[in-house]
Amino acid sequence: MAGVLVFCELQDGTLKKGARECLSAAGSLASATGGEVSAFVAGSSAQAAAEQCGQYGVRRLFVAADNALDQYTTESYTAAMAEAVRQAAPSIVLIPGTSNGRDLAPRLAARLNVGVASDVTSLEWSDGRLVARRFVYSGKALATVAVTGSPAMATVRPNALPLSQPASGSAPEVVNISTSTDSTVKVVETKAPEAGEASLTESDIIVTGGRGLKEAANFSYIRDLAHAIGGAVGASRATVDAGWIDHQHQVGQTGRVVSPNLYIAAGVSGAIQHLAGMSSSKHIIAINKDPEAPIFRIADLGVVGDLFTILPALTDEVKKAKAHS
Amino acid sequence: MEILVCVKRVPDAAENEIVVGAGGADIKREDLVYSVNEWDNYAVEEAVQIVEREGGNVTIVSMGDSEAEEVVRREMAMGAAQGLLLTDAAFDGSDGLGIATILAAAARKGEYDLILTGALADDGAGQVGGMLAALLDWPYASVVNKIETKDGKSLRIGREIEGGTQEISDIETPCVLSIQTGINEPRYVGIRGIRKVASIEIPILDAGALGLDAAAVGAAGANVRRIDYFVPQLGASAEMLEGSIEELAGKLVDLLKAKGGIR
Repeated sequence: MAGVLVFCELQDGTLKKGARECLSAAGSLASATGGEVSAFVAGSSAQAAAEQCGQYGVRRLFVAADNALDQYTTESYTAAMAEAVRQAAPSIVLIPGTSNGRDLAPRLAARLNVGVASDVTSLEWSDGRLVARRFVYSGKALATVAVTGSPAMATVRPNALPLSQPASGSAPEVVNISTSTDSTVKVVETKAPEAGEASLTESDIIVTGGRGLKEAANFSYIRDLAHAIGGAVGASRATVDAGWIDHQHQVGQTGRVVSPNLYIAAGVSGAIQHLAGMSSSKHIIAINKDPEAPIFRIADLGVVGDLFTILPALTDEVKKAKAHS
Repeated sequence: MEILVCVKRVPDAAENEIVVGAGGADIKREDLVYSVNEWDNYAVEEAVQIVEREGGNVTIVSMGDSEAEEVVRREMAMGAAQGLLLTDAAFDGSDGLGIATILAAAARKGEYDLILTGALADDGAGQVGGMLAALLDWPYASVVNKIETKDGKSLRIGREIEGGTQEISDIETPCVLSIQTGINEPRYVGIRGIRKVASIEIPILDAGALGLDAAAVGAAGANVRRIDYFVPQLGASAEMLEGSIEELAGKLVDLLKAKGGIR
């Protein structure tokens, strides 16, 4: 038992950001265990990811190329990933904390009869165990946990680990695996969101609106800025409960937990449930007319003022700056 | 349909300051206000609505000490006929797989068509439902935000996945679903509702009654162990920008450039 196996998801034939983040952390972890980095990819375009995996230090790539795996299902992916674990015999299995990753990890862990540390924000290998940190109690506390078991498993919070630059590396050895693709869950339809909507959990930048928007139509102020800077649209729970915007945009304890590089909160007071969903953002800008709003306590930069005048001015400046760059 | 809903008693995040005790071994629990995990209310409401439509029974189960009974009763008051409490000192320190093992043993004692859990609880792990399904070898779907009963053998469900994409699937029963908030509006539970279920006896099952090996659960069987807790240091409060709208917009754009917001 040595090394790290990373579960990688692809989008348009390239590694998704969560996978690249896990691979970025995998190199030093693998060395600490005295092993190498291996990765798992599935679906008909899996083979195409080999070169990119090599650039992230992957030495062995487990490919489940069955086109039945183009659609994620818990059972088929658990079967394939369990086979990769059996062959790779890693000390550590890392799974990006995406929707599918978080769905897969518990079933895989139970299948392997090991535990899994969920949604971790840091990782190290110490005394033969995986030591990880993770937020608990709505982000009000951090816990350090030690994961034992063969392998030690963790799901990794998106945007939490630093991304390394791809380096020139030799293509990995490809190992084809073939397992049952049967599933008692049949996906009948996937409905994509409106065009142009960036993914909340993977976005580098999120612009979030709160109750200060006053009504549904005013989410246009948020959307305009988000589109201008190429970010995703977030929403506080109050606005979702009021029916101003879909639940899929909700940031917070009962919505999405996000940690983008830049988080802009406009008209969001910053209830603890909201803070739980965004406090690990790298840089937080808050705009609110109430100088006492709790959001200012965790923001890096605050503006006390009227979002209805500040946001359009900012959106215009962003457009100008982009036109010049 | 016979539905089992797993619920958890948790410190209410909105009501409590979390303080870490000396040495970081645990948080200070004496003054904490506890309530039912918020996601679980949605799971119970969904179960009750299904049973109101289709007939059947809802059973509420919780692992915990005698104080968890209050939470089980509160959830029963939403419309569940039965409750179950899983209590044993040997359960303390269980990791996710340990809790799933205990719940699976309880589930095997009944004949359920559907098990619901909340998508997440105070620990933020969101893993027990998936593990429970694996141990029972039942199908599983996570973060479910829509359930339609189709026929006796399957359900049509919606899941919210990455980027706001909605995935619609058919899933065979029996199955385990973890429920996302927003799937319904959990009903209000008043004193009268709680009184109605006050006299229902809630069986208490320990490791022996569940046929569990005490060494396989609890701290003894755990692969994930907590070393310590600490409270993240908050940085200084926000630096406040002032000036005219133009100046503010200009300063913010400079910051966006510096932080990679404008490329």
